[in-house]
Amino acid sequence: MKIDKELILNVAKNARLNLTEEEIEEFLPQFKEILNTFSKIDKVKTKDVKASFQPIELKNVYREDEIKKCLSQEDALKNIIHKKDGYFKGPKII
Amino acid sequence: MKVKEFIQEVKSGNIDTEEYITKVIEEAKKINQDYNYFNKIIEEPIVNKNGKIASLPISVKDCICVKDVESSAGSKIIKNYIPLFNATCVQNAINEGGVVIGKTSQDEFGFGGFNVNVGIDFKIPLNPFDKERVTGGSSGGAAGYTQKTKYAHIAIAESTGGSIVNPASFCGVVGLCPTYGLVSRYGLIDYANSLDKIGVIAKNVEDAALGLDIIKGYDKNDSTSAKNNFQLTNFLGKDIKGIKIGVIKESLNVDKPVKKAVENSIDKLEKLGAKVKNISLPLTNKYGIACYYLIAMTEASTNLAKYCGIRYGLEEDLGKNFNEYFSDVRSKGFGKEAKRRIILGTFARMAGFRDAYYLKAAKVRTLIIEEYKKALKNFDILLSPTMPMIAPKFSDILKLTPLQNYMMDILTVGPNLAGLPHISIPCGFEKNMPIGLMLIANHFDEGKLIQTADAYERK
Repeated sequence: MKIDKELILNVAKNARLNLTEEEIEEFLPQFKEILNTFSKIDKVKTKDVKASFQPIELKNVYREDEIKKCLSQEDALKNIIHKKDGYFKGPKII
Repeated sequence: MKVKEFIQEVKSGNIDTEEYITKVIEEAKKINQDYNYFNKIIEEPIVNKNGKIASLPISVKDCICVKDVESSAGSKIIKNYIPLFNATCVQNAINEGGVVIGKTSQDEFGFGGFNVNVGIDFKIPLNPFDKERVTGGSSGGAAGYTQKTKYAHIAIAESTGGSIVNPASFCGVVGLCPTYGLVSRYGLIDYANSLDKIGVIAKNVEDAALGLDIIKGYDKNDSTSAKNNFQLTNFLGKDIKGIKIGVIKESLNVDKPVKKAVENSIDKLEKLGAKVKNISLPLTNKYGIACYYLIAMTEASTNLAKYCGIRYGLEEDLGKNFNEYFSDVRSKGFGKEAKRRIILGTFARMAGFRDAYYLKAAKVRTLIIEEYKKALKNFDILLSPTMPMIAPKFSDILKLTPLQNYMMDILTVGPNLAGLPHISIPCGFEKNMPIGLMLIANHFDEGKLIQTADAYERK
């Protein structure tokens, strides 16, 4: 697989990151080295092997859907400057 | 002073706890000026004289939420974030009388093994034995301070791929990382959900056992929380006659002084009655790093997607469109290693690459877990060095590429991928720098770790 500037910019855009020219220049050889090395997991035979998304088996936990106490609107807004009329204020969508 | 002795002194009224805590804070500030172990020190902590660890000073890694105290996971993007609640583990400690004295420094979001990847505007902690060397990471502040303070102390730390045992090894203290799920992750600013575990760093095995007993327990707020009722302090003071230890053969391919110290420890354990044999974990040794990093980065990239400057954290001028605003906040708030991991993790789960990277790694993880489970059918404990070397100098780390950095985690990623409990205990010195010995046990077999480590430490 070809790891080039275009690919990195595309991935960074997806991840909502703007990279500077210096960052791209620094990251490109690093990503090549990392991904080329990590690609060696290709060699492991995993036919019929189930993927593990947790280290130990988990059972589903169910509970009643009940109304419980939660953060007040006032508290929820404590960690932000951009707010209006008890709501978070965000950037324009359109 | 041991925690148990401290508590006895408090209970018998020989210690004025308010005065004691004032002295602890003074010392912490002084140490911090030279070593950068805290991102935040609490000026006047709340002292509680009741409970199993009444009035004991505890520190909390910055990525674990403490109510009304800046909790930033060492990142600029959530600097000044003040949680409205305590993480369950912190609440458990407070309920038993723990006194939170501050938030310890770390690699940004836990992204590092040397604690040099701190967020923008954060300070790098220095090794308590030699300021030109690293503390290890990512719980570097927790380990450095635990070594340096003269007061009784338990540090609450966190590990994703080795972040408890690694700095414990480099700073000459005990690091205890429990089974995945034993300690609730509720209130943890997460790195990788399927790997994150909260544990403790302490001056000795007894303190570590007591600390984990206090913070663990089932929590309905964490869907991966495990039910258990064992007490680790019950495993202290026992012998280890007949306990079966498997030495991980591949792990001894390390720096000579480290190998020598570990071999001496093996002799000592044999003299204490342990039955020692070699064991091979070829798959873990060969593919552990790639498997770990692909999974950890993928999960991290999704976890970090929530930092967009809307509900908390860094904010920017709102006069931009949606995507420009998010990208602007994120590009200014994340440090370099965070950006690297977000990009690599996003890549590993993108359409077209997901099967070859993320899903493949998740399958290899199954095989690694099976490799450990098979080994633990024949052994109570698996043994290896904690790190392949003593704490390196900052000047040496500068020469490493990110991949070379990642390779240093070769011994610790295995038990973390498999969610197995592991402990690092000091086992010798080289050039006046400590060396760590790592013991690994089966899921929920923390008791055997404590039993073995404690017997080793007492002799």
